[in-house]
Amino acid sequence: MSESYTYAVARIRANELALFNDQTIEQLLAAKSYEECIRLLQDKGWGGMEANPTAESLLAEEREKTWALMRELVPDLSVFDVFLYTNDYHNLKAAIKLVCTGSEDFGLFISHGTVDHRELLHTVQERDWGSLPDPMRGPAEEAYNALAQTRDGQLCDIILDRAALDAVYTAGKASRDELIRKYAELTVASADIKTAVRCARTGKPVDFIRRALAECDSLSASRLAKAAAEGLDSICDLLATTDYADAVEVLRQSPSAFERWCDNLIIRYIRPQQFQSFGIGPLAAYILGRENEIKSVRIILSGKLNQLSDQSIRERVREMYV
Amino acid sequence: MMANMGIAFAILGAALAACLAGAGSAIGVGIAGQAAAGVTTEDPAKFSKVLILQLLPGTQGIYGLLIAFLCLSNVGVIGTPVEISLAKGVMYFFACLPMAIAGLMSAIYQGKASVSCISMVAKRPDQFGKAMIFPAMVETYAILALLISLLAISGVGAINI
Repeated sequence: MSESYTYAVARIRANELALFNDQTIEQLLAAKSYEECIRLLQDKGWGGMEANPTAESLLAEEREKTWALMRELVPDLSVFDVFLYTNDYHNLKAAIKLVCTGSEDFGLFISHGTVDHRELLHTVQERDWGSLPDPMRGPAEEAYNALAQTRDGQLCDIILDRAALDAVYTAGKASRDELIRKYAELTVASADIKTAVRCARTGKPVDFIRRALAECDSLSASRLAKAAAEGLDSICDLLATTDYADAVEVLRQSPSAFERWCDNLIIRYIRPQQFQSFGIGPLAAYILGRENEIKSVRIILSGKLNQLSDQSIRERVREMYV
Repeated sequence: MMANMGIAFAILGAALAACLAGAGSAIGVGIAGQAAAGVTTEDPAKFSKVLILQLLPGTQGIYGLLIAFLCLSNVGVIGTPVEISLAKGVMYFFACLPMAIAGLMSAIYQGKASVSCISMVAKRPDQFGKAMIFPAMVETYAILALLISLLAISGVGAINI
């Protein structure tokens, strides 16, 4: 119903006031050190009760705040699963690598997913593939076998990355919300382009590239794979004939410029949701806006910690939602 | 039987004016109330501003009540009983319809406009004055319907058939 989520959207509108705009990002960039940046973020209300938080604990706290708000506002959070599948497959990848290498480093997991990461680890340890959700079973077993038998980490990665994109795309197609459908389309297309460029730079064969690329409506995976096997120029020629023609220029600049372009593309697409008063769209846009904000802050903190130049950090910072 | 149909039509018109305009207002105030509650949850200081915006779609219900009251009074249901012919009863029925239909629709759409303006106040409380104007524009059409229903009911009363 179009009038649904009226209360939730109004709360989101009030919460959007606390989102970072370009001026706040400039303030963070102007901070002289990593510590000053953390202090500035704490002054803005970031983090919890911890007096001296690390960057990761601060960012994890903010992500938790977003999902805590969503849990209050949306009775069935499965409408946002499309945003969590990449975390699920990341956690699955981490679990498979941990089990295959016998390591016990639990810092690799992301806290929010549709399946708890502890359950995922247990499933991989027990090889109990049947307990996984349907779409995860096949790729999980295949990736595990690939790593366990061939020790080919890259093969394991492409199986799970491709499965994650397929899951995002399927969830996007199934959604009734236009924003979620478009998010899935842009996510898969941009991931395909990134993979194709990486494969072109490392000279991968066409079969390998085709296996790594997920299908989507706006970009033919088979044509992209063929172009990637020929080289970066062929990819650019192909993209020039698609909806992603603007990507050609940034692709030639650097991979980080292209990643920034992809994120900005999604942010520009969701920005009109600030003026919608009903429906799930503004809530989904808020989640994406917050994730984008957290990503930008992570880039700034990491840049400050590694004493990168302001210019270098600024080039990587994404456009803000508000 | 036919002699009594006049009063029945007139009462039906009055009932529709009160019911449809009232239902529209209930829907409009209801959805605006949800949005107002959302903003007040995050910022209780905005209560008075969002309350005014929430109440704007409530006027159609009052207009409907006014028309129903006037119609019932003219046909003698309230006050002195009078003889109402079938033709006159049907005229009262149609005289009530503008308020009934325009009241229902304008209240719902005014409620939606109020929801958007409550969001506007949540982000820009200094623009409260402008936020009031947008839903108030929808009110124009409820007032026009009220006016035509008022004139029609008064006019029908003066006709001797």
